Amino acid sequence: MTDTRWINAVLTSARPRVVAALLRHFRDLDMAEEACQEACLRALRLWPTQGPPRDAAAWLIMVGRNAAIDATRRQRRLQPLPEEDAISDLSDSETPTIERLDASDYRDDILRLLFVCCHPELPATQQIALALRIVSGLSVAQIARAFLVTDAAMEQRITRAKRRIGGANVPFEAPGAVERSERIAAVAGVLYLLFNEGYTNDVAEQGARAVLCEEAIRLGRLLLHLFPVEPEIMALLALLLLQHARADARFDDDGNTVLLPNQDRSRWNSSLIAEGLALVDKAFRHRRPGPYQVQAAIAALHARAARAEDTDWAQIALLYGALEQMQPSPVVTLNRAVAVSKAEGPEAALAMIEPLAGQLDGYFYFHGARGAFLLELERMQEAKVAFDRAIALANTPAEAAHIRLQLDKLAGAARAGGKKKVPEKNS
Amino acid sequence: MQYAILCYHDENVVCAWTKEQDAAVMAKLSVVHEKVARQGKLGPVARLLPTTAATTLRKDREPPIVIDGPFAETKEQLLGFYIVDAENLDEVLAVARELAEANPGGAYEIRPVGTFKDGKQAP
Repeated sequence: MTDTRWINAVLTSARPRVVAALLRHFRDLDMAEEACQEACLRALRLWPTQGPPRDAAAWLIMVGRNAAIDATRRQRRLQPLPEEDAISDLSDSETPTIERLDASDYRDDILRLLFVCCHPELPATQQIALALRIVSGLSVAQIARAFLVTDAAMEQRITRAKRRIGGANVPFEAPGAVERSERIAAVAGVLYLLFNEGYTNDVAEQGARAVLCEEAIRLGRLLLHLFPVEPEIMALLALLLLQHARADARFDDDGNTVLLPNQDRSRWNSSLIAEGLALVDKAFRHRRPGPYQVQAAIAALHARAARAEDTDWAQIALLYGALEQMQPSPVVTLNRAVAVSKAEGPEAALAMIEPLAGQLDGYFYFHGARGAFLLELERMQEAKVAFDRAIALANTPAEAAHIRLQLDKLAGAARAGGKKKVPEKNS
Repeated sequence: MQYAILCYHDENVVCAWTKEQDAAVMAKLSVVHEKVARQGKLGPVARLLPTTAATTLRKDREPPIVIDGPFAETKEQLLGFYIVDAENLDEVLAVARELAEANPGGAYEIRPVGTFKDGKQAP
């Protein structure tokens, strides 16, 4: 164990528990973070020669706590510190830390830490940055790289988030059942956002952003470890795993986005898929449906199809229908329409999305899907108008390229027009 | 004699490995696997998915109940196993030592196998 890389893995895995316990002790995020930092530095210095302790987390908590107390005493000698109560229980600082590490406490400690970082008062970008810095322990530079901003800008974002958290009152007593489930839901929501931040459509960014997806999955596993019987957390992790399993197949050798139906499924990560499918099965046994379970079930149906044409679109359409009931949104309806177009044909799908035209007029996917339905119905003029609109709204070159391909198809069909007699049921 | 080498490790630590670290461990292990396989002594090998994907059937009651996750809350978890053909304990310990060098941390529990069915025989 002289290789510090293995020590780093131990430190990374112990970190949430350590910072969480120190936060409970000091009731101050900065102090907890600095204490953890100091403990990790000492671990890197001592463990290569002494070997790792039996319980790394307990060691780090003890060392971090003592280091912070020493630092405070030194500081107090330099300048009188009025905020004695900032350090809540200095009086019993000799109590063995291990006693305070009983399972029920540490579960709520970590949840509190996650919740503090995912505090609803923070804007999403600050929540994510704070969680990555404090819980995952990524460096400011690493986070800045993933978000494609400068180190200084990221430093500022994190500082601002911490200042806001300092003002928000997070209760330190053990949460009640309702409060606990609210916290779990808030944290789950941020992990989902974190994953989406990493799920880029630009191959040039994929390398830098993959760390966001991987951290979301790691924190999802952590959350599920803490709350192993929550079907929505099982499903959230499943959803992330099933989507991440496709990461390598999402771009071709030239860096162009490959859409789901055209992906080389042999490049999907079978072990992530197996884990995701197992979690979906486990979640469904609880018979307490929720939006993550529905989304995970949809992802599972895609993952189970050996070829694109084997996809069970009828089932996917039903699931989007269920999601529409739980979380009504025009985007969900649009997704349901795409599934319906595969299961029942473009006519029904087109009828479903026409009422959304007002709400989704500025949305690339709406016009892309509408164009595709119209193309299938051979309403060429209208399809061209929709595709032209979509191409104007494309967010990335890959999206524009995809629409251009559709326009080519359209032009090809126009050249071949008249050769095939089309039933004119829609005109 | 067949032995099972049961691989225990702190799963949180293994999950904290970077992709490169994981790949490096697997590459080192496969060198040992090949060596043991060439001697005709390597049986089935399995790496298990994380315990969060596990389900337990408690059968100490009627009817048995299904529980999420592994039954016991332990510091280290069963993450995989090997079946190895060895003359004696010394020989299987030697294999385990080589595996340990490739994959430090955690523990290998060595258990002689009682009944072994490879699943290929007709029922």
